[in-house]
Amino acid sequence: MSLDPNKKLNIEEILKNLENYRAKKRGWVWRKQKPVQVLGEHTFYDHSESLKKSVPLPAAKYFDNIDPQPKPVITTEIASGRFEDDIRRMRMAAWHGADHIMVIRTTGQSHIDGLIEGTPEGIGGVPITRKQIRATRKALDLIEEEVGRPINFHSYVSGVAGPEVAVVFAEEGISGAHQDPQYNVLYRNVNMYRSFVDAAEAKKIMADANIFQIDGAHNANATAKKAWKVRPELLVQHAINSLYSVKAGMKPDNIGLSTVPPTAPPAPKLWYDLPYAVALRDLFSDYKFRAQQNTRYVESDTDEAQITHAVDTLISALTSADIQSTITPDEGRNVPWHQNNIRAVDATKQVFNALDGIKQLVKLDMDGPLGKMVRELKERAVLFLEEILDVGGYFNAVEKGYFVDSGYYPERNGDGIIREQDAGVAVNTIIERKADYFAPVCSHFGINHIPDNLSKPCDAIDGCTLCNPMKIAYIDELDPVDNVNTRIKQLVEDEKLGIIRPEVEWHGDGLVTVEMVLPVFEEAAEIAGLTIAKQMTLKDPQIIHKRVLHPAEGTMLLIKGKVDHYVKLSDIKIPEKVEHLSDEIIENYVKEHELKVVGATLGEDEHSVGLQEILDIKHGGIEKWGFKCYYLGTSVPVEKLVDAAIEVGAKAILASTIITHGDVHKLNMKKLDQVCREKGIRDKVLLIAGGTQVTNDMAVAAGMDAGFGRGTHGIDVADFIVKKLIS
Amino acid sequence: MKSGLDRKDDYEKRREHLANLNDEQLKQRFWDLTDKITEPLIDMAKKYTSPSIERSVLLRMGFNSLEASKIVEILYKKDLLGHGAGNVVYKLSKKENIDYKIAGKKIIEGYPAEQLF
Repeated sequence: MSLDPNKKLNIEEILKNLENYRAKKRGWVWRKQKPVQVLGEHTFYDHSESLKKSVPLPAAKYFDNIDPQPKPVITTEIASGRFEDDIRRMRMAAWHGADHIMVIRTTGQSHIDGLIEGTPEGIGGVPITRKQIRATRKALDLIEEEVGRPINFHSYVSGVAGPEVAVVFAEEGISGAHQDPQYNVLYRNVNMYRSFVDAAEAKKIMADANIFQIDGAHNANATAKKAWKVRPELLVQHAINSLYSVKAGMKPDNIGLSTVPPTAPPAPKLWYDLPYAVALRDLFSDYKFRAQQNTRYVESDTDEAQITHAVDTLISALTSADIQSTITPDEGRNVPWHQNNIRAVDATKQVFNALDGIKQLVKLDMDGPLGKMVRELKERAVLFLEEILDVGGYFNAVEKGYFVDSGYYPERNGDGIIREQDAGVAVNTIIERKADYFAPVCSHFGINHIPDNLSKPCDAIDGCTLCNPMKIAYIDELDPVDNVNTRIKQLVEDEKLGIIRPEVEWHGDGLVTVEMVLPVFEEAAEIAGLTIAKQMTLKDPQIIHKRVLHPAEGTMLLIKGKVDHYVKLSDIKIPEKVEHLSDEIIENYVKEHELKVVGATLGEDEHSVGLQEILDIKHGGIEKWGFKCYYLGTSVPVEKLVDAAIEVGAKAILASTIITHGDVHKLNMKKLDQVCREKGIRDKVLLIAGGTQVTNDMAVAAGMDAGFGRGTHGIDVADFIVKKLIS
Repeated sequence: MKSGLDRKDDYEKRREHLANLNDEQLKQRFWDLTDKITEPLIDMAKKYTSPSIERSVLLRMGFNSLEASKIVEILYKKDLLGHGAGNVVYKLSKKENIDYKIAGKKIIEGYPAEQLF
């Protein structure tokens, strides 16, 4: 099975024969770096190998359609609650440049003492199960082949089933995972002993399976009121998890620090975030960095989020990032929508493209205030570590509430999180290993009394699942109703009938947004906006973002709502793509007939760029094929243009019309047709209108022979003229 | 629950003993302290196990998650997890000369595993 770029991913095919599917690749993969490469006419220094297939940035069409892929692995988080829909979004994201797909777990999974099986629907994430992982990995195996770059699939090893989840991840080819016992303790209230005991086993399993680990320190600045104040603690949390992981068997190369620039404008971001980024990279020089964009201050304004994220990415470029995690600009208002994963990936790629080679051009001045601030942060972190030891170690420090305090350490504000040693989820569940303790499997951490006659522990059972994947036990579904087979019925039916419905998250969810400006004050605008949305037949309309343009003059609203509308693919007439004549045929005809054209922007209109692009040889205009072009300029009266055509004997008149107020563009077209008729040349000359708002149908209705809109090139016009004259 | 710890920023005073360390020495101190903090934690992890660890062992032996849960639940109640759940299953298979997967099923069906020790 392989993917056809022109066909949708077939979910039914993915679900077939899953019980026998084994992941094609295991463990983490970095991008193939290319320290110097020329793409189009530009040299790049900080980019990696290009993709076989991709969607480049919109402006790429001016730059030979290049799609430079930045050096770091790029992450996108996809988890809508239904993995079968997420898979399609993963394919979109991969085409835009994501190669690290992070799947958030459903709410509450970290408190389930065991594994979930099957494919139940999740809330705010996906229930991570063997079947869900296997199906997703199967799809990703196909997608990575399609785009030509390995894709890392990532989820979470936390909560009270960490070791089991780690085993499933190792068996099913997960390549990256969050694992940090401090996260369990502080944010999930899992008993601290249980959390650390489980973590060592989970880390050992991950280490042997080459699963890249990301820690959980970023949660401190996602929850703290003043995120920049917890920077010394972040250094401490990173250190504890990193060294604990090394002691459990991980290589520093496989340990990534999850670091987020803590502030956002209007704060002077660089004064806080840059020293922190530098201090971190100095202290943790043996480790990798997963730079994540800020979530703490992201609310409903997606533009604001994208710009904060662009500065976050700038900080990555100025320091370093092995993985750049993107945050969807809509994360502050809903579970991310398809298009926003893509927006975030594109924006991040855009920033890295722009900042290529920045370190050759700009150097951080460590002799100025930056160096001083870096040193102070490190010292504050060292003081924090000293105090942990002074109070009797990590567990005591947590019990005394040293962590996630809003004070800038050593300042303490008395609002840190307290967890008691003999409390929390799964308290009193660790058991001391007895003198004969034995676990007959590989990747086991700690005391294990392996019988002397065995060379490795799983020899006792003729191989464990990590050595012999055939032994992996697969459970398909446990819930006869809440599963993927039930959910995809609508999708399968729609696909069969060729029905197209709008969606942002799940197949055919019918969600659309409407943006409107209402020229009134905020409170009135909200009520008016929702009323108008209902009049537009939007179901359950909700305002998802608003911006006060002025307290009295106006309010912008973004409203989401549902529609039941759909169309059938078979009812849609898609215009056939025009096959252009060859350059040679056009050139020969133009030369033989000495074709001339006149062109101008009509009426009171000073726009000139579009028409010159169509005429000018420099821009691939029709001069290239030998047309003799007479360009009369802008704001030219219709009569003058027609007279010029008569005078030079032009076979075509190219009229550019950009301004559309009062339909002036259509009126000018009609007038052009009329004047040509009056002067008796209408049958001798082709009338062609162009402009950003022009369509062929509209132009023909206004008396033109053709109309060309946005995105037209010289070849389209040259081809049309010659074809018309030949016939 | 909130800590009630309250302290003004006394960084300038606290840092006096760090002032003379160069950057490399400061970094070394950072990691030395972290080493001291993590040592007792990892030491505890070596000596203890948990229901999740034992279920993860059974998964690696090829039991499915439902079987692993049941076996561990039974052995936890019988206070046998300290021997290792995989070990209990393995011992039973040796004693009865049966496949270890069948041994696991016997435990689920009520075999008196405590008699193995």
